[in-house]
Amino acid sequence: MESVTFEDAYARLEAAVNALQDGQMPLERALQYYEEGMKLAQYCNELLQKAEMRVQQLSVDSQGMIDLQPLDLP
Amino acid sequence: MQFYSAPTVLSVTQLSRYLKELLETDDILQNIWVQGEISGCKTYTSGHCYFTLKDTESQLQCVFFKNARLRSSAPDLRDGMGIAAYGRISFYERDGKLQLYVEGVELLGEGALFLRFEQLKARLAAEGLFDENRKRPLPAQPAVIGIVTSPQAAALRDMLRVLRSRYPLAKVILAPTLVQGSEAPASIAAAIELLNEQGEAEVIIVGRGGGSIEELWAFNEEIVARAIARSRIPVISGVGHETDFTIADLVADYRASTPTAAAAVAVPDIADWQIDLQMKQEGLNELMVKLLSDLGEKLERAQRDLQRANPRSLLDRRRQQLDDTAVLLQTRLQHILSLRDERLRGLALRLHALSPLITIARGYAVVRRDSDSAIVTSVQQTHPGDALTIQVTDGSIAVEVRTT
Repeated sequence: MESVTFEDAYARLEAAVNALQDGQMPLERALQYYEEGMKLAQYCNELLQKAEMRVQQLSVDSQGMIDLQPLDLP
Repeated sequence: MQFYSAPTVLSVTQLSRYLKELLETDDILQNIWVQGEISGCKTYTSGHCYFTLKDTESQLQCVFFKNARLRSSAPDLRDGMGIAAYGRISFYERDGKLQLYVEGVELLGEGALFLRFEQLKARLAAEGLFDENRKRPLPAQPAVIGIVTSPQAAALRDMLRVLRSRYPLAKVILAPTLVQGSEAPASIAAAIELLNEQGEAEVIIVGRGGGSIEELWAFNEEIVARAIARSRIPVISGVGHETDFTIADLVADYRASTPTAAAAVAVPDIADWQIDLQMKQEGLNELMVKLLSDLGEKLERAQRDLQRANPRSLLDRRRQQLDDTAVLLQTRLQHILSLRDERLRGLALRLHALSPLITIARGYAVVRRDSDSAIVTSVQQTHPGDALTIQVTDGSIAVEVRTT
């Protein structure tokens, strides 16, 4: 799940909840949805906790090319 | 010899006309700007406006006719306003006064700024730049946020702090700019354009902390308004304090009252998401528990149905009934028995009270005939030589009848 974005993981989590709400599925599949849903929720939580905002500064160099540099504010 | 030419005596009117002519043929005086403060301003129903322009040492009468006022679309003049008036100097013969016939005025200082603000606002409004239907919706979860502000300003720090705490998933691109001074308007416009050109930002915050009206003025300039209107990326304005309303605010897709408020409105709050995630997890648990208990119930029902259909179960039920009856019987029996015991005990007590042994103990005795153990209650029952037994409380005495 390492490369999955928050948005994708969240969409899949919602799908799992919706699928379980149906209530008519075989137990085996319900368990799969449940386990996947719990893992996705956990994963989303971890992403939120680990997230660190990146700040960059935009400039134009002498050739007129746009340049992005990390911006560190004290 | 004419030492004295006869002094030329002019009538007042002649002098007045001469002065008037003199003034009106002077190129400088016919096309002049005069700056001062308005006092004694009066506008008559005719629409003509009269006032005095003063500075610290002098004053000048001014007339601003209705036609000139309408032509120049001048603002309403009030005492105390600093203005530069444009017009021509002439002489008003009737009152003997030198006057400035005003053709137009420009407000000076704050008044001038305000007038330009109002004019630009009216012009841009007429163009439809402030129309509600031009306002674009802000993205709900912008991955990249552009900020147009001064890198040195506290406002930037405030905005980054809010963004970091609410939505650390985002990336921020700062397009540095001047935010005050004569070069600020072009610098702000260029920064907005640069962010559009770079193209990553999904929303742009144009911000500046609080300041005087002159310090915030860059955000009232047309070039900034046009850059915001042209931006493909939605723009949030956050300029000054709650009470500051700039042209940039009017053109922006969303007007926030301060830079901090702009940052808050630009992004969602992950605290809400964390609550949502927790609710989703609880929801999953509940759904699973319900699913399992539904299944459990189904299973139980099936088992019961199965048992009812089993022929052995009838036998089992009968056996059970039998057992139940046996238990019932036993308890009833025990009840009856215990009742009987009690009655027996009562009888025994009564019997005891009647016992002859008690009587004997008081000194009476029971006499029996040995031959047949009959109790002797009369002389007639005995004859001399009969063997008798006298029963007393602690035993019996064997005796023989001597006489009767």
